[in-house]
Formats: sequence, C-alpha cells, structure tokens
Amino acid sequence: MKQETGRPPAWCYWVVLPLLVAVWAGVASTLNTPLLPMPSDVLNALLQESQSGALWHHLGATLARVGVAFVLAMLMGTFIGIAMGRSKTTNALFDPLMVLLLNLPALVTIILMYVWFGLVEVAAVMAVVINKVPNVAVTVREGARSLDSRLEDMASVYGFSRWQRLNDVWLPQLFPYLMAATRGGLALIWKIVLVVELLGRSNGVGFQLHMAFQVFDVALILAYSLAFIAVVQLIELAILQPLERRASRWRQPEGVYA
Amino acid sequence: MLELDIRGRDFNRPVLGEVRASISAGDRICLLGPSGIGKTTLLNAIAGLDKSIPASAVVGRDALNVGYLFQEHRLLPWRTLKANLKLVGVSGAAAEDLLAQVGLDGYSDYFPDQLSLGMARRAALARCLAVKPDLLLLDEPFASLDPVMANELKRLINRILDDHPDMAMICVTHDEADVDILANRLWYLDGKPARLMWNDAVRGVGRARQLLGQMRELHSAD
Repeated sequence: MKQETGRPPAWCYWVVLPLLVAVWAGVASTLNTPLLPMPSDVLNALLQESQSGALWHHLGATLARVGVAFVLAMLMGTFIGIAMGRSKTTNALFDPLMVLLLNLPALVTIILMYVWFGLVEVAAVMAVVINKVPNVAVTVREGARSLDSRLEDMASVYGFSRWQRLNDVWLPQLFPYLMAATRGGLALIWKIVLVVELLGRSNGVGFQLHMAFQVFDVALILAYSLAFIAVVQLIELAILQPLERRASRWRQPEGVYA
Repeated sequence: MLELDIRGRDFNRPVLGEVRASISAGDRICLLGPSGIGKTTLLNAIAGLDKSIPASAVVGRDALNVGYLFQEHRLLPWRTLKANLKLVGVSGAAAEDLLAQVGLDGYSDYFPDQLSLGMARRAALARCLAVKPDLLLLDEPFASLDPVMANELKRLINRILDDHPDMAMICVTHDEADVDILANRLWYLDGKPARLMWNDAVRGVGRARQLLGQMRELHSAD
C-alpha cells in the first residue's frame, strides 16, 4: 500500500535501537545511580515480574480495558460518524458536541467519571470511551462524506438490502478511515487507560507504574514500558497489518490486466 | 408484460423538458442527441435514480426489473465477479453460466480491476442479466471500446435481445450506425430544456440516418 512509501528500510531498526541501548548502558554505568538502571537490570525486572505472574496479571487487566473501550468507542464512533457524514441535520447536531469533547482534556473526563460514578470499572471504561468516540466519529465522517454516489445509484437500481449496502458498499470504502481510526485509537486508548488505572484502579499496568513511581523503582517502570511497547507492536504485526493486506487484495497495480 | 409510460410534464427541472413516451415489450430503442443534452438524466429518471423527478412521472416502473449498464462498470471493485453476481441473487452454476454467456468463462474469481475495460463492461452486463430484466438500460455501452470489441458487444446484445423477445432496451449512443444494428425505434433528445423531438419506429438500413438528416434540417430552419 501507498502509505508504506514513508517507511524506512528494516535494517535501520537493527542499527538505531541497539545503538540506543549501547548509549543508555554507557551513560548508566558512568552515572552509576539507581535512578538510571542498566539495561540488564530492566531485563531482570521484566523476567522477575513475568515469572511471578504479576506482569501477565496487570498486562491482562490493561488489555481487557483497552479491548472493551476500543470496541465500544469504534462501534459508537463509526455509527455517529456515518450518521454525521450522511445527514446535514445530524452533523449540525453533533458537530458542536464533538468540538467540545475533542478539546476536553482526557484527565477531566476521567476525574469527572470517578467523581460521579465512583472508582468502579464502568466509570474507568466510560472515561476512555468518551475520550475516543469523537476522534473515531470525526475520522469516519470524512469517509462517509466521500462515499461514491455512483455506487449508491448502482445499489438502488439493483435493490441492495440495508445489510448489503453497509457490508458490501460502505464498509470497504470506509475501511481506510476505520484503519486510521483504529491506529490512532489504540495509541490514544492505551495512554488514557494507563492514566485511568493510575488514578483509580487496583490492577493494570497504570497501577503498577504508580506503585513503582512511589518507590522510585525506575527499572520496574522501564520494564513495564517495554512490555507495553512489545504488546502494541504485536497487535500491529499480528492483527492490523494482515487485516490491511487482506482487505486490499483487490487493488491492482495500474495497467495490469488479465 | 412490460408497459412503461413516461409523462414528461412532471419532469420539472432545467435539464429535461417535455418527454412523453411509452415503452412496450420488445422495444429496442436507441437514444440519440447532442452530448450533455440529458440522455443519462433521462435514463436515471426512468431507473428511478433521480430524486428530483416524482415517481409518478414514470408509470409502471415498480412492476419492472431494470438492468442498468452504467457508463462505468460500477461493479464493486473489492468483490470478485462471483461475489458481485451473488449480491444480485445469482450464485453457483447459474453465475458461471451467466459469465459464460458474456464470454467471461473462468473469470468468476477475478476482481473487476483485473479485467480490461471491455471485459469489465461485459461483466457488468452479466449483472444486468442476473436480475432477469424487463428493461435493459445501456448508457453508451460502446464508448472507448476498439471497433472489434464494440462489434462483439453489439452482437452479444442483439443475441440477448433475440433470446428474450419480451425484454425492452434503451441504448444511449452517439453513432447513428448503431441504430441500424440494434434498434427498432429511435428517440432523439434535443433542445434546452431537452425534449423528445423524435420518437419513431425504424425499419431498414439507413432509415435512422435519413430521419436524423430531416431532423437536422428542421432544426436549422428554426
């Protein structure tokens, strides 16, 4: 796909990242302070957490929150986005709300949800959803506005059902927008979930970071960050990229005919 | 049995003016006229796609199956030919048969953009046939095809119409010669707003050219 043109060659990851670790190790051994642990200390912390099961417990809790919030936000955002893109009235009704929500700091939503509903799971997930829905809606709205009216006419002539229109005509056209919303969404939701956990939950990566922060355990903070980055990359490689490849099978390079 | 009445006075819009005509089973109509005059608009009106034209303007459409071959193929590019046909209710062996009819044997797993222009148009024609149309609307089906492919498609359309004597067709074209090959009636759309200036049966080679010649003379006399 076209968007890969901006991606540098694979080898650079194998040069830049090890170089970063080397510099880190150099600086850490020079300073020799617990506030900047050696890379090996971080690895040890990671192994320990993994063996004790704490890593999986907290990572699992965070993943579950991210998963639920993501699905809810995508469903609601897509629905609102399509409605806004297809109807002027709906757009006029929702646009001011979206502007309001887009500019509302995530922290405010989290605090309000906790204040109004208590330190409960539903409040945590709701705070994340409220933060994410406007992003999805605004992105999907652009997609809904650019739906090909010629295919709409075709669908009318051939009497497509509602489901066929959605699944066969609209979704493939919205796919790039949904992918953009997914990518942006996961990045944002991860970050908000951590804050939510830090402020009012008793498990999850955010909670662990909070505990490590209290005792200035930098090795543990970095260990959880690494685990976190690994999971995000895993989702990208194992789910998002194959999905994208599958969905763009039909695209042909220009000028290639049977 | 196909009976379609178009009542022009309801076409309340700047492009189309008075269009009064009726279509019956077996009509093979070529629709000619200067480009940009509203031929596609008229097809869209007949197909019920033009929301600015009241449904009452085209009497009898609801009872019809309409197969519309648009200027572009308008197959869903992200679905294979097979899947495109399935969306209009034809699958399995019937879909393969339909593709074979338009000369696309063995292409059922291809995506539309893997086909040449002519092949994609024939695939779109297969979809028209899939709905067992009473009325076939063809919008410049021979545009941008080379002469060999264009002739092949004309033969194919004629064969389809011969096989289904109850089917009616309206075919937008710019080539007067197409009238001799395809049509038994000629519609001529002209003016601003466009009116149906000529609605005539054509029999015999060259009749269309003769009619159009008279038509132009009348026009230049205005």
